Amino acid sequence: MVVTKPKGRKGEEMTDKKHMRGMKQGLDRRTFLAATGGVAAMSAFGMPHIARAADPVKVGLVHPVTGFIAYSGNQCRQGALMAIEDINNAGGIKSIGGAPLEALLGDSQGKPDIGAAETAKMVEAGATGIVAGYASSITLATTQEAAKTNTPHVVDVGVSDKIVSRGLKNTFRLGPGYGKIANYAVDNLDAINRAADSPAKTVMIIHEESAFGTGTAGLLEKRLPDRGFEVIEVIKHANPTRDFTNIALQIKAAKPDLIIPAQYYNEYVLLARTLRQQRVEAAGIYSVLGGAASSFKFVEEFPEAANYIMDCNHWYNPLSKEALRRKKAAEDKGLYYTYEVYLAYNAVAFLADAIERAGSLDKQAINDAMASSDWDAHAMPYGPTAMIDGQNEGGQPVNTQVLDGKIEVILPDEFATAKPVFPTPKG
Amino acid sequence: MINFSILLPSILNGLTTGALYALVALGLTLIYGVLHIINFAHGALLMVAMYLVYFLYKLFGLDPYLALLVVPAAMFVIGYVLQRTIIGNASHGRDENILLVTLGLSIVIENLALFFFASDTQVVDTPYAFDVVELFGAFLPVPKVIAFVGALLTALALWLLMGWTDLGRAIRALARERKGARLVGINVDHIFAMSFGIGIGVLGIAACLLLPTYYVYPQVGHGFVLIAFTIVVLGGMGSFIGALLGGFIIGVVEAVGGLVLGESLGQIGIFVIFILVLLFRPQGLLGHRA
Repeated sequence: MVVTKPKGRKGEEMTDKKHMRGMKQGLDRRTFLAATGGVAAMSAFGMPHIARAADPVKVGLVHPVTGFIAYSGNQCRQGALMAIEDINNAGGIKSIGGAPLEALLGDSQGKPDIGAAETAKMVEAGATGIVAGYASSITLATTQEAAKTNTPHVVDVGVSDKIVSRGLKNTFRLGPGYGKIANYAVDNLDAINRAADSPAKTVMIIHEESAFGTGTAGLLEKRLPDRGFEVIEVIKHANPTRDFTNIALQIKAAKPDLIIPAQYYNEYVLLARTLRQQRVEAAGIYSVLGGAASSFKFVEEFPEAANYIMDCNHWYNPLSKEALRRKKAAEDKGLYYTYEVYLAYNAVAFLADAIERAGSLDKQAINDAMASSDWDAHAMPYGPTAMIDGQNEGGQPVNTQVLDGKIEVILPDEFATAKPVFPTPKG
Repeated sequence: MINFSILLPSILNGLTTGALYALVALGLTLIYGVLHIINFAHGALLMVAMYLVYFLYKLFGLDPYLALLVVPAAMFVIGYVLQRTIIGNASHGRDENILLVTLGLSIVIENLALFFFASDTQVVDTPYAFDVVELFGAFLPVPKVIAFVGALLTALALWLLMGWTDLGRAIRALARERKGARLVGINVDHIFAMSFGIGIGVLGIAACLLLPTYYVYPQVGHGFVLIAFTIVVLGGMGSFIGALLGGFIIGVVEAVGGLVLGESLGQIGIFVIFILVLLFRPQGLLGHRA
């Protein structure tokens, strides 16, 4: 049966009032419900299953496309949809008769409970695998929900290490977790600092209050003193925080050599602007997981404020032709090629590769295929894929820096496109 | 632990932030405080006004402060038409209906914004965005100082309007005794819509003064609407000077609370004050006992 989308069936009562969304293509949830409802109805009436082999393989995409992290959620969704488009254009899942992938779209609204409910709905609707859920707190909920039915779940972003340390056999993550990222961030910061004769000794950490910011800050606070940095103060803030003057004032009073933010985008924009307004000067701003040096949008909108800022974050391999092709494809769609886009793209592509190798929709077979995967088409600065308890040990972050209005990779050397400039030149 | 060297800058900053809150609350105190319309769409309409400012800047290069000539008037018209066509008709004069209608409106408006404008955070980058005024060693961003003055002038204008014009008298008459107002020849539907329009028009002013220091995205109103309700109750329902004062208090409490309790917990102070006011002075600081 080739699934078409029957029109005219009203979407059922939803837990979510916000059913429209800011996306340019793909399905919205109403269409999804109409489609799945329609399919269920057709099955009930005993429609003949023609061409069974080409039935689409349903992949559930659960992202926070509304709510306070809607921008990131939408970027994730677009990245995932790009992967589905590429895979279908290349002939779908060949081992299952060229079955195309079909996206089931869900909105977690930035809330873990709703993310779990959306995941349950998709499993119910016949999703073969789930790709979710951007924020760590939401991903903890979606993975657990999918685990109840052993449904394969690939984590797109969610950096909390708790996600892969609960023994869930259905949960896989290609990207690095914040433990690895924090270690890497501290090691490289130390290396950059030493190379410049150690101008930075004191550090202040500014982080958002959810699992991602708090967890990252905690790890940094623990690791930085080992490398001779003194953490003067750690400031936690709410989402949204409407005004950062207070925080800027505290930074100004404490005069740290380095400022390390771990925040979501909106708050980062306000903090960066306020630091300039309040004339706060430091030897460097070094963001961990999110910051100017991983945001094309920020660099474009505030080129001066962004200059010399360094990040330790997910990034694509700037030397990979495939990465540059995807980047161009995203930009042709009017998207910034942010980490959400390529991590979600890879999550879907990784899942699709496992389904291809499993050659069936059997959930256990797909989970096994992921657990033993050595997939290498990620176009990321990663080593070989090797899953240990669902975590890809080959995944790693890189260091980037904004130099002359461009985002350059400065570490590790084998992927670098520029040398670090540190400390920030005066004037 | 309080660092005293930054206490004064923090308080001054709290006052300017409070002025922005007051601007959002001024329109609400007219709609909610005087007319008793619980306008849940206030945040969504603030977002609409902010997008208007943003697009005027983006498409025509119009400075947010020049947009003051256009956006408040446009928002007034939107408010007037909304009240005349949707809120007034759908509520059938019952408060609980109004609550649901405005809540529904806010959902529709926000999702339309999400659909048409996407969820990207948008900012207006003006040449003066990073300019500051130095006052007692504190750097006050110029756009916030302008917003502070703007809030004072807006409160004054509303106070004069309510106290000294026929329209103001009609609005007050309507708030106190609807039937009586109709009996003496006041066009109740028109005056209702005028008040709603003015309240929403003030949001237009707020948007123009807010955007140079803030950003806009479809849910931006959420962060302001609860604060605005708090300010209205704190200042006294329907009191413009009360709203102004309430805004300043909330701004300062938030700033100092952030210093004392930590940024994450600092906002608690706002709601502690809110509860205390409800317990001990339910009519608000400058409100009259019903």
